[in-house]
Amino acid sequence: MDRDKIVLEMNNIGKVYYGTRVLKDINLSIKAGEIHAILGENGAGKSTLMNILFGMPVIHSTGGFEGEVLIDGSKVDINSPFKAMKEGIGMVHQEFMLIPGYTITENIKLNREITKPNPISRVLGNKLETLDFVQMDKDAKKAIKSLDIGIDEWTKIAGLPVGYMQFVEIAREIDKENLKILVFDEPTAVLTESEAKNLLQAMKLISDSGIAILFITHRLDEVMEIADNITVLRDGQMVANRKKEETNLVELAQLMVGREIEKVERKVNVDKSSVVMKIKDLKVAMPGEEVKGIDLDIFKGEIIGIGGLAGQGKIGIANGIMGLYPSSGEVVINNDTTLKLNNPKESIAKGLAFVSEDRRGVGLLLDTSIELNIAVTAMQNNDKFLKKYGPFTQLDTTGIRNHALGFKKELDIRCTGVDQITRRLSGGNQQKVCIARALTLEPNILFVSEPTRGIDIGAKKLVLDTLVKLNEELGMTIIMTSSELAELRSVCDRIAIICEGKLEGILKPDDSDADFGLMMAGEYKKLVGEEVSNNE
Amino acid sequence: MSEKIAVYYKAMGLPRLIITLFFLFLVCVSVILGIPFGGLMTDVVVRLGMHGILVLAMVPAIISGIGLNFGLPLGILCGLIGAIVSIELDLVGFPAFIAAILVALPLAALIGWCYGWLLNKVKGSEMMVATYAGFSAVFLMSIGWMVLPFKSPEITWPMGPGLRTTISLDGRFRDVLNNWGAFNIGSFRFPTGLILFFLLSCFIMWLVLRSKTGIAMKTVGANPNFAVATGLNVDNYRIMGSVLSTILGAVGIIVYSQSYGFLQLYQAPMFMGFAAVAAVLIGGANIKNAKISHVIIGTFLFQGLLVIALPVANTVMTTGSLAEITRLIVTNGIILYALTQVDGGE
Repeated sequence: MDRDKIVLEMNNIGKVYYGTRVLKDINLSIKAGEIHAILGENGAGKSTLMNILFGMPVIHSTGGFEGEVLIDGSKVDINSPFKAMKEGIGMVHQEFMLIPGYTITENIKLNREITKPNPISRVLGNKLETLDFVQMDKDAKKAIKSLDIGIDEWTKIAGLPVGYMQFVEIAREIDKENLKILVFDEPTAVLTESEAKNLLQAMKLISDSGIAILFITHRLDEVMEIADNITVLRDGQMVANRKKEETNLVELAQLMVGREIEKVERKVNVDKSSVVMKIKDLKVAMPGEEVKGIDLDIFKGEIIGIGGLAGQGKIGIANGIMGLYPSSGEVVINNDTTLKLNNPKESIAKGLAFVSEDRRGVGLLLDTSIELNIAVTAMQNNDKFLKKYGPFTQLDTTGIRNHALGFKKELDIRCTGVDQITRRLSGGNQQKVCIARALTLEPNILFVSEPTRGIDIGAKKLVLDTLVKLNEELGMTIIMTSSELAELRSVCDRIAIICEGKLEGILKPDDSDADFGLMMAGEYKKLVGEEVSNNE
Repeated sequence: MSEKIAVYYKAMGLPRLIITLFFLFLVCVSVILGIPFGGLMTDVVVRLGMHGILVLAMVPAIISGIGLNFGLPLGILCGLIGAIVSIELDLVGFPAFIAAILVALPLAALIGWCYGWLLNKVKGSEMMVATYAGFSAVFLMSIGWMVLPFKSPEITWPMGPGLRTTISLDGRFRDVLNNWGAFNIGSFRFPTGLILFFLLSCFIMWLVLRSKTGIAMKTVGANPNFAVATGLNVDNYRIMGSVLSTILGAVGIIVYSQSYGFLQLYQAPMFMGFAAVAAVLIGGANIKNAKISHVIIGTFLFQGLLVIALPVANTVMTTGSLAEITRLIVTNGIILYALTQVDGGE
């Protein structure tokens, strides 16, 4: 096969979702047998780019995309995954698309079965032809063998280790005869270290046979290990295109994270001598965001950021301490009281409040008025907003109304009135209601998770300013979890980076992009070769 | 002007509009057919009062997140036991009525607690389980009515053991509420006591919903995840909802019976839950939200339709049992329609 032939070209690719630009001017060209890595943070546009390449309906139902895709030098119009497959594009999905009750052969050959005629099919058409299992097994065996793994083609998928399922997915793709380009979407995210190693080896084998590989990931070490060329995306733009020989881990980390930081000016009143919350060996069983043992001291009056990539466990910390997911470990507040875990009422009673990352799922009563949303937690926990008649209680409607009107003004909640239901508010205004509810508890420590997710820029700034103001004026300690590193760096005193459920390290906001990038990718400790001290 | 109409229309919702129009249509037809109007209206108001509390029983169940309480027969059975005990004690008039309620209350609270516990074990399919819990209880009590050691000749079969299928309340507490302070306007008779009792029940429910506990129940029903994050014990408040609902079911059947004039045992309570569900849905409630106003409007429309449809059908179709069949078609048709409107209006 001709190794210099360009099999895939994507020129000036752009995409706008509902008025928000998510991709701009992306250019890629990939040769046969090349392993091309696409590197970027969550939300950098990697998945959108692949959805375009694969003709996913989500792209075409939202107005298509800009630019052109060329395969083998001729322009193609890929408008459905089916078309993509016909053009020789294969994809190994992050979530496996396999049928558990079928054997490996059946999964590999699904909808591409080899059949032979029988008497009934001769009469009633070829839909009723017999499956040629001998031939199918042979093909499946060949595909598995080319990946150099030892599983039998007649094994059922159910019960296979995750790593093997991935291989079955790959085997299915390479069994397709016309396969030219194979896309791996974060393939190692769910694998153990040794499984990941096997996978990388298999990818090399595949590329040696002349198939081009597009490798989407945020793991820098894997990129350095196998990629020939590397494209770095950030905020929907292509920031760099490097050959492997010309770059190194640190540069890539820097490219991935680097961004203009607008530092919010604020009065720092951290009291480093007083620890308001000491977290010891916290483990939280939150599905998808598991925390596997974290030690962290939080100082009085600071805004501490908790960052990291999605799925690494940063979200789990606040949810665990607030008692929403089963957790173990020890959390000591103000150096004297130990918080009883797994008990939300207790957490609230100890002066903690939480603005959840899941605004619509946990943070709001969507069909209830703004004013009651704000008041309800304080009412149930601190007996506020109630009129007492002996053993009976009634709502204090005027109190609730006035309190809500106060917050409406202070936080600029845009609504038709505080009796409006929260479902119809915009994301930003919903977030303000959540914050108002947390503040009504008059907490000493405020957990805020993903405060700016899904809200527009103006509201973003207002939400962040509000947090800073609370910290400055009331001395409130704020623990802010966010996927947006830039946001953490603009308001926090310290930023703890969580990787694979553990604390990777704590950085100052003005530390270098490279340090942040390396920590998020989990490479920092390995590279720097020293334990990063917790309370530097 | 058209904007105003649009606002009213939205507040009312299409289902209620259609049913109200159908109701008015039937009223017109009945007047044209010469069916006595005063008597008809008396029936409509009486049935509003006698079914109202059974429909009100849906409210605590819906707002605490259990959904529509198809298990209403559980409460009804408790109420029936209360009424029978009151007859067994040989009480008459208001004391009999009050004794029936007092006996039924603790029983309903206990059954409601167990029922709530059961529903907490089957979160997500409460309505299906509730339906069959209700059915099972009805059949269990069919045996119960045979073996319970009641002695009063008024309520037992003359020829053997067990209780009668229908027990007359004449001379016991029949119409004690209906006749209390009742007055006539022409041929229309207003059952003051009945309506006052219904409105009082609604008012107490309204107060409960505005208490700290009521708000907690609403929170649990509206968003269990939110409730957990607010430090509320979701299961406890759901049990509270089912206890309240069962108690209202028990009181509801006693009020119903005093107006109907009979206690109906054995299979009779089986489908009473459905009529209550249909009424509250027609009133504008949905699986997640119900208000007192939904109860009043829904009961009025649903029972009003039934009351008027029957004589109209009787007059139009005089052949034998055709009227009864029509009545069943209308009843179940309305229930079916109500169930398709589960989303409700806002």
